[in-house]
Amino acid sequence: MGLERIKIAKRVAEELSDGEVINLGVGIPTLIPDYLGDKKVYLQSENGLLGMGPTPDDEDINMDLISASKKPITMDTGASLFDSSDSFVMIRGGHVDLAVMGALQIDQYGEIANWAVPGKTILGVGGAMDLVAGAKRIIIASRHLAKDSSPKLVKELTFPSSGVRKADMLVTEHAVFKFTDNGTELIEILSDMSVEELRKITGADFTYGDE
Amino acid sequence: MEKLIDRSDFLKLIDNGDTLLVGGFGLSGTPLTLIDELAASDKKDLTVVSNNLGEEGRGLGKLLLTGCLKKAKGSYFTTNRDAVQAWSDGKLEIELVPQGTLAEAIRCGGAGIGGFYTKTAVGTKVAEGKEEREFDGETYILEKAIKGDVSLVKALKADTLGNLVYDHTGRNFNKVIATAGKIVIAEVDEIVEVGELEPLEIVTPHVYVDYVVKNKYEKKGGKYIGS
Repeated sequence: MGLERIKIAKRVAEELSDGEVINLGVGIPTLIPDYLGDKKVYLQSENGLLGMGPTPDDEDINMDLISASKKPITMDTGASLFDSSDSFVMIRGGHVDLAVMGALQIDQYGEIANWAVPGKTILGVGGAMDLVAGAKRIIIASRHLAKDSSPKLVKELTFPSSGVRKADMLVTEHAVFKFTDNGTELIEILSDMSVEELRKITGADFTYGDE
Repeated sequence: MEKLIDRSDFLKLIDNGDTLLVGGFGLSGTPLTLIDELAASDKKDLTVVSNNLGEEGRGLGKLLLTGCLKKAKGSYFTTNRDAVQAWSDGKLEIELVPQGTLAEAIRCGGAGIGGFYTKTAVGTKVAEGKEEREFDGETYILEKAIKGDVSLVKALKADTLGNLVYDHTGRNFNKVIATAGKIVIAEVDEIVEVGELEPLEIVTPHVYVDYVVKNKYEKKGGKYIGS
């Protein structure tokens, strides 16, 4: 299971370009920095840091230098600190090149549901809706199926939407999908599944190749 | 004007039913000492505006154990099980606000701006009942500014005038919260003489700060011990 998550993180890492400013959501996206190779990107943490570095040694931990997941972090060379309102000027004003986030569901046009499950307590939205509305590009990094084995990529959302802005891409352990106004396009298979097998475990229709 | 007050005098500034704006992201940049005073008080019907409600039994989470809260407004409460429980039991009202909207609404509150239009949350449950308006072909919703009766902020250092500097990401919501309360109280690790803080490092100028309280917790190994 951990391997599938790493596979997704590695594939998303290929999408990142040198010099980009990137916000990584909780879960699988936090694994991405380990697979960047020689690429230099700048990680934005919405609690007020641009230029997030790796986890510190125990003796260097300061719980007032933390990530949005509330874990201790360090600052990269060239890092800057700012307050929450400036941080969301960055996010909502379209200054963040890419947001990578998880999703509970995503529809065939790339509309995202990633903050609430129907019938369950809904007490947290965090910065998800701000990132959905404001990031220049959005990649969803997620397992292909939910814990109850239902497909995450669906025709229509049954979970509450995170905003009208659509994601650009979905990377799962099985495939990479792109979203356009015409719907979902399969652009790459990452596992040993055939296209037909993939269709069976996917809730939305998708095109592949010249079809 | 004397801004330094003892933490035991802080409660005199709080009335039942007040709306308190409280700085912090989780437990970072949180006025832990002032929260302890509140938790030990008999204040009631308070509304707290803060990104989170701390953690179970820690930070603002302590206020859930004493029942002094009527309402919490913020962006993320899911990870504090006490908050979820209090809400499920009907003992706590919760209003969810996207994190960027929260920061901007408080900024506007402090800046004398009544509200603002944002694309965040358009087409979601958060937008229900809010005015929609188009600008240049895109849909925005109207969000009202947020102001408080009292602001509680946490800074690293203050000078005796009330200028504040923050510790790294401990700055978070504190900068805007310091501008948006009728009374603003800053809890700090250290109080220095005027002139000892570099003008370049001051993030909150003294004009916003009414009172300064020295915190009671010592920071060791990057954490406030015993908090």
